[in-house]
Amino acid sequence: MASTTAKDEVRADQPAARKPAARASQSVISDRAGSGRPVYIVDGARTPFLRARGKPGPFTPVDLAVQCGRPLLLRQSFSPDAIDAVILGCVNVIADEMNPARVAALRLGISASVTAFTVQINCGSGMQSIDIAFRTIEAGKAELILAGGTEALSHAPLVLRRRAVEWFGRVATAKTTWTKAAALPSFRPEMARPVIGLERGLTDPITELNMGQTAELVGHLFGVTREAADAYALASHQRLTRAQRNGFLEGEVMPAVARDGSIYDHDDGVRPDTSMEKLAELHPVFERPYGRVTAGNSSQITDGGCWLILASERALGEHKLKPLARILDSEWSALNPAIMGLAPTLCSAALLERQGLHSESIDLWELNEAFSAQVLACLAAWEDEEYCRDVLGLDGVFGPIERDRLNVDGGAISLGHPVGTSGNRLVLHLVHAMRRLGLNRGIATECIGGGQGGAMLLEIV
Amino acid sequence: MQASETSVWKTLEPRNRELGPKGEPAGVLTHWRLSRSPNDVAWLILDRANERANTLSETVMTELEAMLGKVESIGARGLVIRSAKAGGFIAGADLRDFEGVTQARDVEMRLRRAHEIVDRLAALKIPTVAVIHGHCLGGGVEIALACQYRIATVDAKLGFPEIRLGLHPGLGGTFRLPALIDPIAAMTMMLTGRRLTAKQAKELGLVDAIVEERHVENAVSAAISGGMKTNRGSWKSAILGLAPARQVATRQMRARAEKRAPKKHYPAPCRLIDLWEVHGGNAKAMQEAEIGSFCDLLVGNTAQNLIRVFFLRERLKASANGESSSCHVHVVGAGAMGGDIAAWCALKGMRVTLADVDRNAIARAIGRAGDFYDKQLHSGRDRRDALDRLIPDFEGSGVAKADVVIEAVAEKAAVKRKVFEEIAPKMKNDAILATNTSSIPLEALCEGMPSTDRLVGLHFFNPATRMELVELVAHDQTSELTLSKARAFCGAIGRLPASVKSSPGFLVNRALTPYLAEAFVMLDEGTPKETIDHAAEDFGMPMGPIELADRVGLDIGLEVLRMLKEQLSDPIPEIPAWLTKIVESGETGRKGGKGLYAYDGKGKPKKETNVPVPDHEMADRLVLPMLNACVRCLREGVVEDEDTIDGAMIFATGFAPFRGGPMHYARQRGIQEIVDTLSRLEEKHGARFTPDRGWETLSAQM
Repeated sequence: MASTTAKDEVRADQPAARKPAARASQSVISDRAGSGRPVYIVDGARTPFLRARGKPGPFTPVDLAVQCGRPLLLRQSFSPDAIDAVILGCVNVIADEMNPARVAALRLGISASVTAFTVQINCGSGMQSIDIAFRTIEAGKAELILAGGTEALSHAPLVLRRRAVEWFGRVATAKTTWTKAAALPSFRPEMARPVIGLERGLTDPITELNMGQTAELVGHLFGVTREAADAYALASHQRLTRAQRNGFLEGEVMPAVARDGSIYDHDDGVRPDTSMEKLAELHPVFERPYGRVTAGNSSQITDGGCWLILASERALGEHKLKPLARILDSEWSALNPAIMGLAPTLCSAALLERQGLHSESIDLWELNEAFSAQVLACLAAWEDEEYCRDVLGLDGVFGPIERDRLNVDGGAISLGHPVGTSGNRLVLHLVHAMRRLGLNRGIATECIGGGQGGAMLLEIV
Repeated sequence: MQASETSVWKTLEPRNRELGPKGEPAGVLTHWRLSRSPNDVAWLILDRANERANTLSETVMTELEAMLGKVESIGARGLVIRSAKAGGFIAGADLRDFEGVTQARDVEMRLRRAHEIVDRLAALKIPTVAVIHGHCLGGGVEIALACQYRIATVDAKLGFPEIRLGLHPGLGGTFRLPALIDPIAAMTMMLTGRRLTAKQAKELGLVDAIVEERHVENAVSAAISGGMKTNRGSWKSAILGLAPARQVATRQMRARAEKRAPKKHYPAPCRLIDLWEVHGGNAKAMQEAEIGSFCDLLVGNTAQNLIRVFFLRERLKASANGESSSCHVHVVGAGAMGGDIAAWCALKGMRVTLADVDRNAIARAIGRAGDFYDKQLHSGRDRRDALDRLIPDFEGSGVAKADVVIEAVAEKAAVKRKVFEEIAPKMKNDAILATNTSSIPLEALCEGMPSTDRLVGLHFFNPATRMELVELVAHDQTSELTLSKARAFCGAIGRLPASVKSSPGFLVNRALTPYLAEAFVMLDEGTPKETIDHAAEDFGMPMGPIELADRVGLDIGLEVLRMLKEQLSDPIPEIPAWLTKIVESGETGRKGGKGLYAYDGKGKPKKETNVPVPDHEMADRLVLPMLNACVRCLREGVVEDEDTIDGAMIFATGFAPFRGGPMHYARQRGIQEIVDTLSRLEEKHGARFTPDRGWETLSAQM
């Protein structure tokens, strides 16, 4: 983009105009930023995001990682044995796949002598895997890392109620037939009613607020209306539809094939025919009857997997790899879990601050669409003088983010939000979208259930 | 995907196997080694010299006898028999001892000696334990049965394959097995030749325990000290000890055996059933009868021909036993053939990428592979690993990684050339490019292609997941290196390569075409298709020509027919106009749901049962033109020798195996007799039956 350089020059003239941000969060790694070796993203691929349809989908978390990992590794010039480590984000690990990173690595044919570990920071897990890979390569401890995220929310287990588990324990540990029989009648019908693990997982245990409720709260704090939220959701569907129709996702989304021979070749949560009228018909799901957050303007419950390959300069040379982008820096922030949706405002601002950049120097944003109300609240916060001054420690406002620089090909509202995967997808798509649009610098950021946020600054090379 | 092995495991793995006490052995012979543990248990280890697998030869048996004497003389308090070979316990009798025997009396003498030795093992006064890993077949099971305990490791596979050689067990299996386990299960095991997994064998009581390698020593100690629980015998044994009860049971067995292998071609199943029906429960009488019956069968035509087939397979296998460095196969074309080849290669441990312009075709092929693995593989882990290795390759990136690229696209030279043009430049320098063409000469595909020395034909047969043969087609520029890589690749995926020269239809399709075309002529003459198929089935073919044509696909058959008529001067009958018409209307055979037969949902043809029986001439009209074409191929040098023809036709088309192959059949029936019959048919039906002049050379070689 021609204007980028111009903007950069303007900023170079006035760095002193910004004073350091009051730290909204502590970060253990921020002082290492930019101090080490350059780290590049050389490729990445994901499965289509598949909407959960009321029963376990065709793929487990590791299946998803294998489905997109195989074609990704296949198109590399290096052999899988050249990989130094495998890091995978995954929140809902299923019992058959403990440490899904290791299971996936071995199923992908990566040498048994390569270490693999799984990371979890809730919705930020897929970005956390990139961040750890980034910092490890930057520090010179690895050359080539496979970093991904995977999640099969449709496989989230049914959890027995605590009382039911206790009853089962009594029966199972009874030593004699008689005591076993005696323990049996204490069963109560409600014990048979399982709790859906996912429902528990999407509720913050500290505040006992459901994620949707936190979106209601931040929407309220920044005056987001139901209409605005619906309009945002509609745009998300329209943008993804356009991206799919124009082949913008080619090379990024790899078809997945289930063992029964069914093929899944596109993100199937998109509703190309949705409209403001249709969205308006939906009732609030989290806070009835007056809430603004509906199923239509929330992210969808979805399965999906994604991988990125990160490389050092040495790995680029050794395997003749062409880098797609360079990771410049990353930042994590944390705040009150009840308003977790605002976390992107903190980490993104801190990241720019450290790099001496402003919002205008960012050509493209991927801000995870957990909820329309939450995205819009973030945008509003960045234009809110009081918030920018007292929270972000800026002189003026952080600045408006033009809509045509934000989530240009849709997001979690139309695509779905496989929690452990989304952060990885944001980065992957940011790279592809910037390259397609001829842009230079971008941020991928997300809010994280529990009151945290992550941001990653990329530059096209 | 299985985890690749690290140096850690490679270093430690040899420590895993338990072969008894180390140190100075108590006795060493050519094939056996005896050692004695501190607690006086004798470990007798079979390790046949200069062989990859253990088999029972005459020497192995005499040495066993000597070793048994030694075991008694050292006063061991228990005996363990085990194999030192990685592949398994004992793979059965050494068939080389049986090849070409004609005198039942000679065999009988040798066999009685062997029985005495096994009886001596069975009569030992100390506890005896067979430790079984890997393959334990035929005579191997019989040795194990003569021990008091059988301990299997989890990978053990036990079976009596004798029936597939036209025999039944001959070293005591027929009476020791039904005495040990449920007699019906024992008979089924011997009649089908099916192999049991360790788990199945344990359920039947054939083995007493399944242990991991690391617990072999403790399990052996438990057995020898009498502390091993066994679960043997069956309530059925008592009832089936009564002759009338056995008669009821055998009625069903006979019916089933007749369906699988008709008595007139395969006498062994009936003889085995007779044995049990008459002598069941009386071990001594059964042993006597087993020896007699086994010897009769062994010198008979069926067994000798089937043993011949065994060696034909060994010979083809040996040509493929080079070290294969191939581990990634890229298949282009996800149709029935390409999909099956891909599924098979992944099953055999290759990493496979499957590409096609139609992504739905790739997905369907994965679905078929999933079904195939469900049937073929017994553990969820194995199925998952096979499916992980079979990679749908929508971007075609597998080409650049593959050691072997197999093209299985439409049978059109132009289409294939276009595919080559695209993939050849992307291939690794040391990769080979194989075409699965069934009939196009390779020279026609070379045009405009760089590095033609890496092009070779690997022609699989339908269904590729079952037919063992692969025609290995060389053209004049194929390099020796490419050929040896292709052969080793065949070996690595458990397929048998038969070398053929690049000429239209190669060997198998060229030989098959007149057979199918003659069947079409008969159809036109008004013979019901079921009758035609019966004629071939009576001859011993696994299916008749009409059903085969449907199975192969009428469209493919038609294409081959056209091409061969165009490019060869072979006397092939005219292509019937109706064939072209029904192919155009989409009735392409079994895959299309309808061809010459209609098919039910499971792909079974619906056949009329009330049809006239075939007349005497029909089988000759079908089979002799096939033989004629084989002779022609031999004369033209398409194949090197008669054995290759026999092996190829049996393993590619299922040509009546008990006849030992088309050339062997011709020789057994008499070259002159065949030529005379052909001449008679020529007079009656026309020039397509004219005996090839190659027959003259053959009769000169008698």
